[in-house]
Amino acid sequence: MPDQARPLVQARDLAKTFDVSAPWLNRVLERRPRQLLHAVDGVSFDIAKGKTLALVGESGCGKSTVARLLVGLYEPTRGGLQFDGQDAHAAFKSSQGRALRRRVQMIFQDPYASLNPRWLVEDIVGEPLREHGLITDPARLRERVGELLQSVGLSPLDMAKYPHQFSGGQRQRISIARALATEPEFLVCDEPTSALDVSVQAQVLNIMKDLQRQQGLTYLFISHNLAVVRHVSDEVGVMYLGRLVELADKHTLFANPQHPYTRMLLDAIPKMHDTGKARTPVQGEVPNPLNPPSGCAFNPRCPLANDRCRTERPQLLDLRGVKVACHAVEEGRV
Amino acid sequence: MKQTLLAWLDSDIGHSFKSSPMAMAAAFIALVCVISAVFAPWVAPHNPLDLTTLELADGRLPPAWQAEGKLKYLLGTDDQGRDILSALMYGARISLAVGLVSVLLSMALGVGLGLLAGFRGGWVDGLLMRVCDVMLSFPPILVALLIAGVGRALFPDAHETVAFGVLIVSITLTGWVQYARTVRGSTLVERGKEYVQAARVTGVAPHRIMLRHVLPNVLGPVLVLATIHVATAILTEATLSFLGVGVPPTSPSLGTLIRVGNDYLFSGEWWITIFPGLMLILIALSVNLLGDWLRDALNPRLR
Amino acid sequence: MSLLQVKNLVVEFPHRRGTLRALDDISFDIAPGEILGVVGESGAGKSLTGASIIGLLEPPGRIASGQILLEGERIDHLPHEKMRHIRGRKIGAIFQDPLTSLNPLYTVGRQLVETIRAHLPVDAAEARRQAIALLEDTGIPAAAERIDHYPHQFSGGMRQRVVIALALAAQPQLIVADEPTTALDVSIQAQIIQLLKRLCRERGAAVMLITHDMGVIAETCDRVAVMYAGRIAEIGPVHEVINRSAHPYTQGLMAAIPDITEDRERLHQIDGAMPRLNAIPPGCAYNPRCPRAFDRCTAQRPDLMNAGATRAACWLHDA
Repeated sequence: MPDQARPLVQARDLAKTFDVSAPWLNRVLERRPRQLLHAVDGVSFDIAKGKTLALVGESGCGKSTVARLLVGLYEPTRGGLQFDGQDAHAAFKSSQGRALRRRVQMIFQDPYASLNPRWLVEDIVGEPLREHGLITDPARLRERVGELLQSVGLSPLDMAKYPHQFSGGQRQRISIARALATEPEFLVCDEPTSALDVSVQAQVLNIMKDLQRQQGLTYLFISHNLAVVRHVSDEVGVMYLGRLVELADKHTLFANPQHPYTRMLLDAIPKMHDTGKARTPVQGEVPNPLNPPSGCAFNPRCPLANDRCRTERPQLLDLRGVKVACHAVEEGRV
Repeated sequence: MKQTLLAWLDSDIGHSFKSSPMAMAAAFIALVCVISAVFAPWVAPHNPLDLTTLELADGRLPPAWQAEGKLKYLLGTDDQGRDILSALMYGARISLAVGLVSVLLSMALGVGLGLLAGFRGGWVDGLLMRVCDVMLSFPPILVALLIAGVGRALFPDAHETVAFGVLIVSITLTGWVQYARTVRGSTLVERGKEYVQAARVTGVAPHRIMLRHVLPNVLGPVLVLATIHVATAILTEATLSFLGVGVPPTSPSLGTLIRVGNDYLFSGEWWITIFPGLMLILIALSVNLLGDWLRDALNPRLR
Repeated sequence: MSLLQVKNLVVEFPHRRGTLRALDDISFDIAPGEILGVVGESGAGKSLTGASIIGLLEPPGRIASGQILLEGERIDHLPHEKMRHIRGRKIGAIFQDPLTSLNPLYTVGRQLVETIRAHLPVDAAEARRQAIALLEDTGIPAAAERIDHYPHQFSGGMRQRVVIALALAAQPQLIVADEPTTALDVSIQAQIIQLLKRLCRERGAAVMLITHDMGVIAETCDRVAVMYAGRIAEIGPVHEVINRSAHPYTQGLMAAIPDITEDRERLHQIDGAMPRLNAIPPGCAYNPRCPRAFDRCTAQRPDLMNAGATRAACWLHDA
């Protein structure tokens, strides 16, 4: 890896814990214990400039929480985030927060809830520009909004409409246009196409890839759909119950998955062209995140679990060029 | 104006309005009452507040269609010779004014507090909700009486405006809770939505998010509440005036008229109290029905 | 003889601005024990088709014309009472959200027993026995205990298994499953699909599997119908429709799906969007987006016609 090129985004041991205890009165009267949800429990990764890191996992794995940690919607309970060399969360809290927010933006999953239904598209897309004082002249602002809409394949005339006049795919494009208004460097995309139909998804993914190429954008792409991840990512991180279990470049991960959970996930995906071939059925379900298993979180479902797995939590180690958190892989049992 | 009216009539809500005879009738009646009240000085045949125009000899006349009635006084006169019809219009004017102002203030207070509670959460929310619970456990009239009584005790030689002020404050303070609760609930829902998160990611200040993003989206149910609240406010004012702790006697509202007429009910001069009563019912009913229709029209599930 | 026959079904929604045709002349059959997939994007009408068959079309939607025949008897305009008997006994239903498919106030056992006893002449003890057996069959551990648990005590995947058990409780011949795995995690999805397939094969129940996920269809179904704008664009054996599709829409759809096995620079995209119900173009509904449209496509609407191994509603295959 070239030494001058410092990764744009560096996450180190990021963790976020939520207090989901019952209200104080209930706890006292019913003698209920405090309940903590370790949504993210020590996640570390780098994202190089211009690249896409995809985070995959099932419900409760914490990928959405990671997304929100990266844009400053949450503060980490532990760990640090560096953006272009500076401490991101310190910046978010300080006066430099505004400058940072110009460089980091987010695209959300639900096209229906991510646009204010009472605002005109012009105001929605123009808001970041107005907020940051980037363009003050109204005519110039309108022109810029038109340019942004065109860059995502919509017409400038669309700015005079309301969100409900658009389809899901078009709304997602408006979200992208809004995210690009401040010319950010880093985009966090939280399942941007999960709520869209296949043909619409194709359009949106193509636009995102085109924009990445044209503007040198860096993406963190969250998804549960491994096929989509294969298409968009350069590197893939697999998460399970708040932890990263495997982190590898795309080709390596899909060709040669190491972690038993990754293998299980890949096996579980319905294959379109292998019709009729049964998949290896998957064991069990994701455990309750409030009560994770001790040791390796995956051990109850893992065919290779031994005593060490049940007691000792595996660290994310660099094994044969791939980062894996698994005792079995470390011990060569896989 | 005409364009927007035509456009509105063609919309979903307009269509719902056109297909509901009750809504149209209610709107018509309410409109008639409001116009006659607002334009009372020009529309009313007489001015009941001007003592110089009164003729004592014309006192206690029954409505025009009865034997001793005079066409000049369509609904009869009271003991002082004041025309009941005109008194109705002037009285409705007062009632409506007090009702509307109270509702607007209630709305402002309730929506503001509800937004704050929903947005900030934590102890602010907890505190506010407990205050609401406490307020709701008192019957509204009792609260209004209490405040009116305190007001009178504080300002014994009440100037007319002060009396009005106390009245409006008391009605306002009984009505704000419903707005606060509704808006708080809606705010909690909207706060979790992604467009609010998007605004936060962009770096918009919390108070701006609250006012510019969330507020427009929580006002819908408030409109319905306010419409129905107008009726309640008018009735509350009438009750307070009937009890003698409402509007000052120099500006009789419908409640005052009912009270005054009550004394004459058993001596046979029923019209002095019945007609103000009917007017009150008419206003309250029509506004209430309008509110009902509006709630159903705005409810996406029932459509 | 076909178990289910849908003939020229038309479903309309009267609206004050006119009538919207949500399903426009749909015809297909399901043989006993067959698994038919109905795939399409949102707005294509696949859920409506399922709802019409079960008799759960929400007013003001109504079946304007056409017939639905179950075992040769018409069920499309049956009075409520008769439809109620058929629902459950002959047709079972599985919906997308396991959370709302079960009544949270009653135990799972009570709901199962209620369904069984509503349709089968058994006493309470026997019904309970059958319910426990069903739960075991759907892979719920400790079924004899869990039968007395409430829905909220089950996880999402377990709940969907209970829903499947409920659908199969009265031993129906046809199951209509509307997006049964969409709300579940990928690993659970795999389990549920396997389960559904196995149980239906074992009990000889036919399945109408409605989904937007082509992968699920590929793994589960024998035949598949591709819907577009309220019409069937193509219908045929699953291998053929996926690998040798005849209709340009199906081809576009297949090409747009990202493939987990290979890298592609761009995904094939179909420009434009599915037309809204009140703006369906004349002739073939797909013609504005079709790369191979010609004049006949805008003039005349194609019916399903033989196109190699499948049947497609496309003039390109008019012999």
